[in-house]
Amino acid sequence: MARIDLVDLAHSYSGGDADPETFALKPISMTWRQGGAYALLGPSGCGKTTLLNLISGIVTPTRGEILFDGTDITPLSTQKRNIAQVFQFPVIYDTMTVGQNLAFPLKNRGVPKAEIDARVKEIARLLDLTPDLNRKATRLTADAKQKISLGRGLVRSDVAAVLFDEPLTVIDPELKWQLRSKLKALHRDLDLTMIYVTHDQTEALTFADTVVVMHDGRVVQSGTPAELFEKPAHTFVGYFIGSPGMNIVPAEVKGREARIDGHTIALDRSYDALPLAAKIEIGVRPEFVDVVTPAPGFLSARIERIDDLGRVQFARVRVGDAKFAARVPPGFSASGGAAGLKFDPAHVHVYADSRLVEGTA
Amino acid sequence: MDKTVNQKAWFLVLPVFLVVAFSAILPLMTVVNYSMQDTFGNNQFFWNGVGWFKELLDPSTDLGSRFFASLWRNLFFSAVILAIEVPLGILVALSMPRSGWQVAACLVILALPLLIPWNVVGTIWQIFGRPDIGLLGYVLNHMGIDYNYVSNDFDAWATVIVMDVWHWTSLVALLCYAGLKSIPDAYYQAAQIDGASRWAVFTAIQLPKMHRVLLIAVLLRFMDSFMIYTEPFVLTGGGPGNSTTFVSIELVKIALGQFDLGKAAALSLCYNLIILIVCWVFYTVMTNAGAQRPRQEGAA
Repeated sequence: MARIDLVDLAHSYSGGDADPETFALKPISMTWRQGGAYALLGPSGCGKTTLLNLISGIVTPTRGEILFDGTDITPLSTQKRNIAQVFQFPVIYDTMTVGQNLAFPLKNRGVPKAEIDARVKEIARLLDLTPDLNRKATRLTADAKQKISLGRGLVRSDVAAVLFDEPLTVIDPELKWQLRSKLKALHRDLDLTMIYVTHDQTEALTFADTVVVMHDGRVVQSGTPAELFEKPAHTFVGYFIGSPGMNIVPAEVKGREARIDGHTIALDRSYDALPLAAKIEIGVRPEFVDVVTPAPGFLSARIERIDDLGRVQFARVRVGDAKFAARVPPGFSASGGAAGLKFDPAHVHVYADSRLVEGTA
Repeated sequence: MDKTVNQKAWFLVLPVFLVVAFSAILPLMTVVNYSMQDTFGNNQFFWNGVGWFKELLDPSTDLGSRFFASLWRNLFFSAVILAIEVPLGILVALSMPRSGWQVAACLVILALPLLIPWNVVGTIWQIFGRPDIGLLGYVLNHMGIDYNYVSNDFDAWATVIVMDVWHWTSLVALLCYAGLKSIPDAYYQAAQIDGASRWAVFTAIQLPKMHRVLLIAVLLRFMDSFMIYTEPFVLTGGGPGNSTTFVSIELVKIALGQFDLGKAAALSLCYNLIILIVCWVFYTVMTNAGAQRPRQEGAA
């Protein structure tokens, strides 16, 4: 149990002399607080597994330091770091029973037998493995094997953090939901810091209190699911989180107005000091754009198709060269494909070179 | 659903059947035929029934005593070289590099003894061990060890065993190395996370994962060592006395030395049967032990 600080941590798989732009993990500094449930979210190859392996010590960083409760543990081996990690594919020890598998991390650390038994029983109960405790682990299904792996990650009560590297990849969707809520419950019961790597936004948003979004070796935003949804700090976050993703369209922004395709959209805040050379875009989530019957005052667009997602409908529309996704309000009927777009000014954000610009009120 | 019966398919099997008949079944039947008869040359044969088999399995006769003596010798030899080569092969495989140019270098060096013809191996060790001109024999004798594989039983045995270890440990090592390479990195990483010691990694991960290749290695090494002929024949010729006369050497002595075709045929049939039975028992036991822990699905 510890607070984990990363100080200017960076890693390159081709050594420290490589071009900093090619680093698998570009320098980051951040703090993971004790007892937090974190998700590291990002597409494949964005450096999230590298970051995880740096924390657990499987990979040694090219630069920077990792502190547990203020103590530098960068040079320590994985064994000495007091950290647990669960991998993408189940790892089980073939010759052992389920119970022996769960006891293995404790046995290796010389925990007294009575304590091991109690702890193994506890974890088996939490993961519904009790009936299987005396069975050979190899005879079980992939789901059950991954539960054993999870159990081995959770069995030590003194760990600084439990790291999960896309642990539910091999699990059926049905069971995925159960296991994820189980992990969430375990997090509350066991008071452990958990870091959960995934490329699945639903998984990240349902598991974590704090979601850290990574892109191209950088942390682009970390915040609560609501923050990521309502105020993406980077166009990548807007695009990656939400389905469909955020509308990001080049625009001319001046004061409280943005111009797209010769039409003006009102903004909630004033943007005066925008950098001149930067690429200026506005971003707005489809949930905050309504399709309305064409009328003066609304951005005019052509509807290309309407996607029915069950509870909501999203229209794919085109404004000049730009494409938008917009919500179709109940009762709207498209006539001839022409439509107007009504924006919610409070949720229209301005991005300069992909980064959010805070306007002045 | 009705299946159409088409007997023409048998014609496709016919060529294989003919080849097998001429290459295996007919020679085997000839041996069976010989084992029931006695001959004094001139292609004259006399029916002897199971006489040769009775004599062979009765240790009080000359044939029987020679057969059993060489059989125990041979089993002892197989046991010794398995006890040395399997652990040594595992050890070599464990200490081999996992990546880089060293891997290729190690593989080539390990494969070298396997590529040398068996009678050449015998000749190499025959010369190597000679007290007058052989490096090994000369050095040992000058160190004050009275080493002479031609006159001393123990020295002859030691030389044959060391020669076999030199020749075949590579095979076990290469098989084990292949088994080790197929273990995903995640297992080692998980073991690190779980705080496993080097020994625990070996017993909990590496040994169980090598289980299948080890089965093959032990089986191959047992069969090969039980049928060994060329190397000891070239090195010691079965001597001094009969001390390194293995079953195959005895067989050749009877068949070609004394030209007792009936006795030799009976011996070779029993020899064959022993190998088949031992391999079958061995394989069944090992695969049943494996059935307790069925193969990995997914990652492995």
